[in-house]
Amino acid sequence: MSLFWYDFMQRALIGVLLTGLSAPALGIYLVQRRLALIGDGIGHVALTGVGLGLLTGTSPVLTAVVVAAIGAVVVELVRERGKTSGDVALALLFYGGISGGVFLATQSDGRASLLSYLFGSPLTISSHDLVVMAVLGAGVLLVTVGLRPWLFAVCQDEEYARVAGLPVRALNLLMAVTTALTVTVAMRAVGLLLVSALMVVPVAAAQLVTRGFGSTMAVAMLLGVVAAATGISVAASYDTAPGATIVLVAIAIFAAIAGTVSVLRAVRRRRGAPVRPAVNAEPPDVVLQP
Amino acid sequence: MTADRVAAPVVELRGGVVSYGARPVLRGVGLTVRAGEVVAVLGANGSGKSTLIRAILGLVPLVEGTVRLFGVDRDARAMRRHWRRIGYVPQRLGAGGGVPATVAEVVASGRLARRGLLRPAGAADRTAIAAALTAVGLADRAQSPVGTLSGGQQQRTLIARALAAEPELLVLDEPTAGVDGASQAAFAEALRSFVAGGGTVLLVAHELGPLAPLVNRAVVVHDGRIVHDGAVPVPAGHHADPHHDHVHPHAPQDQPGIWNGP
Repeated sequence: MSLFWYDFMQRALIGVLLTGLSAPALGIYLVQRRLALIGDGIGHVALTGVGLGLLTGTSPVLTAVVVAAIGAVVVELVRERGKTSGDVALALLFYGGISGGVFLATQSDGRASLLSYLFGSPLTISSHDLVVMAVLGAGVLLVTVGLRPWLFAVCQDEEYARVAGLPVRALNLLMAVTTALTVTVAMRAVGLLLVSALMVVPVAAAQLVTRGFGSTMAVAMLLGVVAAATGISVAASYDTAPGATIVLVAIAIFAAIAGTVSVLRAVRRRRGAPVRPAVNAEPPDVVLQP
Repeated sequence: MTADRVAAPVVELRGGVVSYGARPVLRGVGLTVRAGEVVAVLGANGSGKSTLIRAILGLVPLVEGTVRLFGVDRDARAMRRHWRRIGYVPQRLGAGGGVPATVAEVVASGRLARRGLLRPAGAADRTAIAAALTAVGLADRAQSPVGTLSGGQQQRTLIARALAAEPELLVLDEPTAGVDGASQAAFAEALRSFVAGGGTVLLVAHELGPLAPLVNRAVVVHDGRIVHDGAVPVPAGHHADPHHDHVHPHAPQDQPGIWNGP
């Protein structure tokens, strides 16, 4: 671990750990709503913010937060209306976002740094970047962990939450803005194109072994941190792309857990023990109704 | 003023009109439910009976008409303090099934109506959640993922979630549809103790089944209008046979014949 004696390596490690912790914490709500790919779309929109920042010479992180937040709110409004045409509206927004970003960035002097925003560049994180990431990451964790029961209720059953008198709209908009913050935190670490992977893959891996929402969230955050730390170490040792390495490690963790779980099930089945109590079985006196 | 509030009906819908696009679903419907009543809304599939209660709760927009709940205009700001008095039991679990959740977690979300934003759960919350789980007979399944339960047990989870808020009014959408016998009995028992405690119930049903003895008033919806409001209609025709086949012609072909005899 002598690599981490270097300042830039320490900053890289802290940056990816922040991402590994906050991305699954937000991602679990997207997965719960079956909107796992929305994070990817918001990442596309954030690129226009990056392009705007590069062109005008302002901080790309700041412009990315603002543009991504606007994009996320628009996505939420489209979702709220629940129109089938919303699908196409989202496609327009996402591809408009990514092409707008590339268009603006290539007009600026900072065109070379475009790739580092698309695929991440944790080794170039400055102390200033790190402070911004820490503040945004803390905001994400405050919302996602602090408001967990309320966000859970809204994502689980929005109509019920509305009848219960919860501020559904405010919570949805807060979650949209928090998605934008998460995307921007992760932007420097794994890149806008891979943000969604760290939101979704640790959650998918965690729920292979968990039974409840709270435990899934905790395990997903732990796996996110492990994938980030392992990925950055591997990337530094073998000089591979850090963002891609972190995501590949996360996918490897998913595969390892999935494999272990199915082997254990097969072993238990061979021993003749029931895999799980047959909880799905109806009592014998079922009443069949249409 | 206070006396008015006490005497105000729990639910008061006047001139309710709902349409999906150009298709009218409710055509000027009025419904009043008073404290302590157990009212069943009956009707064929597609008659508008589910839309009726969804319109009362504000889940479907009213084109015309007004709703007052506990004497308060439903759309007024003052209503914010009164939603917690209503326990809503939808037909099935919400769409948020992408991540496993335990029965206890789902039931705990019912408590949020009483808890206030950002307030940590207290002893009263935990007691109410435990009591709700016991009332529906799922105390031993609290830590099971809801996705692994039978349809009837999931329905009981949703009822426990509504009961956790300690509501004064329970609104249930088809609570017995597709529910196994054991769950129907557990559910009827939970509802009986809720009513015995002074609760008011508004439920939508295709068929009352074991709930019939509890219901003291029935409203029949047909083709977007209320065509009967009073005693529970005696099942007519093939419905009268307890072993009749559950094969129903659906609206609009269905005739409004279940109360006026064949």
